[in-house]
Amino acid sequence: MSEATETSVRAEVRAWLEANWSADLGLVAWRNMLADSGWGAPHWPSEWYGRDLPPGLVPAVDEEFQRLGAVGVAKAGIRTLAAATILAHGTEMHKRKFLRRILTGEDTWCQLFSEPGSGSDLAGATTRAELRGNKWVVNGQKVWTTSAHHAQYGLLLARTDWDAPKHQGLTYFILDVEQPGVEVVPLRQMNGHASFNQVFMTDAEVAPEFMLGALGEGWKVATTTLMHERRGADALRAWAQGSTREGRIYDEERAEIATVMEPYKWYPQRAGRVDLVLPRAEATGGNADPVLRQEIAKLLILSKTAEWTARRARTAQEQGRPQGPEGSLGKLVSSHVARKAAGVHTLISGADAMLTAEDSPLDGVIAEILVSTPATSIAGGTDEIQRNIISERVLKMPKEPRVDTDRPFRDIPRNIVG
Amino acid sequence: MGRFSFTEEQEAFRRVLRRFMEDRSPSAEVRRLMATEAGWERRHWTEMSRELGLPAVHIPEDYGGMGYGFAELGIVLEEMGRALYCAPYFASTVLAATAILNAGSEEQKGTLLPSLASGETVATLAFAEDNGRWDAGGVGLTATESGGGYRLNGAKSFVPDGHTADLIVVLARAPGSAGDDGLSFLTAAGEAAGLSRRALKTADQTRKLARLEFRDVEATLLGAAGGAAAPLARTLTQAAVCLANEMVGGAERLRQDTLAYTELRVQFGRAIASFQAIKHRSADMLVDVELAKSAAYYAAAAADEDDEELPALASLAKASASEAYMQTAIAAVQLHGGIGFTWDNDTHLWFKRAKSSEVFLGTPSQHRELMLQHWKI
Repeated sequence: MSEATETSVRAEVRAWLEANWSADLGLVAWRNMLADSGWGAPHWPSEWYGRDLPPGLVPAVDEEFQRLGAVGVAKAGIRTLAAATILAHGTEMHKRKFLRRILTGEDTWCQLFSEPGSGSDLAGATTRAELRGNKWVVNGQKVWTTSAHHAQYGLLLARTDWDAPKHQGLTYFILDVEQPGVEVVPLRQMNGHASFNQVFMTDAEVAPEFMLGALGEGWKVATTTLMHERRGADALRAWAQGSTREGRIYDEERAEIATVMEPYKWYPQRAGRVDLVLPRAEATGGNADPVLRQEIAKLLILSKTAEWTARRARTAQEQGRPQGPEGSLGKLVSSHVARKAAGVHTLISGADAMLTAEDSPLDGVIAEILVSTPATSIAGGTDEIQRNIISERVLKMPKEPRVDTDRPFRDIPRNIVG
Repeated sequence: MGRFSFTEEQEAFRRVLRRFMEDRSPSAEVRRLMATEAGWERRHWTEMSRELGLPAVHIPEDYGGMGYGFAELGIVLEEMGRALYCAPYFASTVLAATAILNAGSEEQKGTLLPSLASGETVATLAFAEDNGRWDAGGVGLTATESGGGYRLNGAKSFVPDGHTADLIVVLARAPGSAGDDGLSFLTAAGEAAGLSRRALKTADQTRKLARLEFRDVEATLLGAAGGAAAPLARTLTQAAVCLANEMVGGAERLRQDTLAYTELRVQFGRAIASFQAIKHRSADMLVDVELAKSAAYYAAAAADEDDEELPALASLAKASASEAYMQTAIAAVQLHGGIGFTWDNDTHLWFKRAKSSEVFLGTPSQHRELMLQHWKI
């Protein structure tokens, strides 16, 4: 086979789409065609629904899809992480059983990693899996699980050896979430939404062949999943734009997006909504108050410099130059922006900041900002963890002394839960 | 360059400057010069001008300069700020030459700029007065027409290197005028009759300031009579961009030196850099400095493109760099502990430069307000 170039790939995918794409197809039927042709996940291996395309050429394929308005495979959600993990560590059987239905969107997945007792310290999981007869039996509690209420499968990190050091006693399983031993309970957040679930496992069962990776290698496998998590966040935003076109397949895709995105509808508010500050200041007359003007200016400076710093990092990357420290600061800076924005919205709103829902300005959006921004400095790595990462990886300062890595997990102090 | 990166040539230029400054401006040399009343030495200035031609960087080739832009000037200032280089560069190259470029006629630019570019003449811009205002409204010094020329009466203050400059560009107003009206730029010789100059006692000994009293001092009009308001505003905007770049250079140096110190300093049997309290503060210092750098670089590129938003961007960069530099300096002294509060330790040299830079050309609050006004907020 000759080396694929951007031009040859574009020509090939365009020809295939022109011959096969129709907006009148059913969503699943079309995605099965994508899986068979390899165009749905062209960077995947050719024996597993892909075309072995280098990742650098995938954007060209996406562009050709967009040009024709062709719908892609089900990309969003934890299913993408499941696919990446299965491709890297799964058996033949796993790939055959799960990958196609991930691409078609017929199966929804959830991630069972975080626990009430282990948040930043994921490797401290205490959900236990024990081999009883020919089954693994799982007991424990997971938390911060998105989509668990409509998922078929879960990516489960569980402790199988309490005498090994913490990172070596974990094993990774694929859990059937629809079995009786698994109970999914929504977790209500301080902003009133319930975007996540708690998952209680009581003698839930996993057949041995649904272990993913080897016994005791769960942490290594989980690292693969986590590596893909950040990239997934960007893809999710792009995909959630959806299409405004007419046709049966678009209706089905819009319904899918609505289901997947439902838990995330407050996410813009958690970033602080800097875009609303000036309109609100103008509407309330707050822009005439010299003290408030100073706070608004500080927020705008923070937000602009955050954006320019991210652009510096991206420009270095595009030019193939090593990124400076500016590339590692985005997560922490976004917390500062969100917190500052909530402060400024409070000052602008004054007494109205005491109200919520339809009594709060902008039909509750302001109230939602004020009680959602605390999530920014916690989710996806707390500010404190970010500062550890910046100081250790960028500034090369000494690592935190570890007292939990070289002795049996059962001897390590841990949270008492339940 | 774009607004988000430097070219290979610019990076190479920076490396040359970094080596030069490390060689010629170690802290012992800074300390030697800052203890003198002049604060700089003609011999070194001439040497630097001959070897690197830095006073010529942003002056167009037609007037004996190199014809580079604010991006390159920003790099020079960043490296000088890093080294606390003791020279009348900000006064002569940034303020005076830029004012002449903005205000002067072709003929005046052709006459005045070549000797500034070569470093032969050191100039400054005298615009602030005892009231400490950085805008045209604060100007009280008068220029009165007399015969073919002008006579200056009044006082200027906070004039950078005003006691040593050969040529002084003075902002004056017509008697009886107010605000932006009646403002003119004039030039006077540093040794002119009737001009008495006194070095002010500055907390930051590396940025020398002077008070200048004019009694019937003979001066020559620069540009149009009564037309200085616009070129002044432009000059101060461009100078704010330059100062922002100078400040991020100093802040970066202070941050790095402090980090190196925490890695050496041992307490309780560990390098203090291993304590989370120190690590987190160091991470925050990095964030402050990197954000301010982004603004300073962005504003310098905008100055070269003559972006119409430049006044807002310049104030943004100045406010951002002022806060970042001062916060970095406060953290630097703190993380050094007791030694950081001593005269022998170098930290206070940058701390004081951070303080003088914070208010020079306007406080962060003033610049935040200016930024909003330029954006019509």
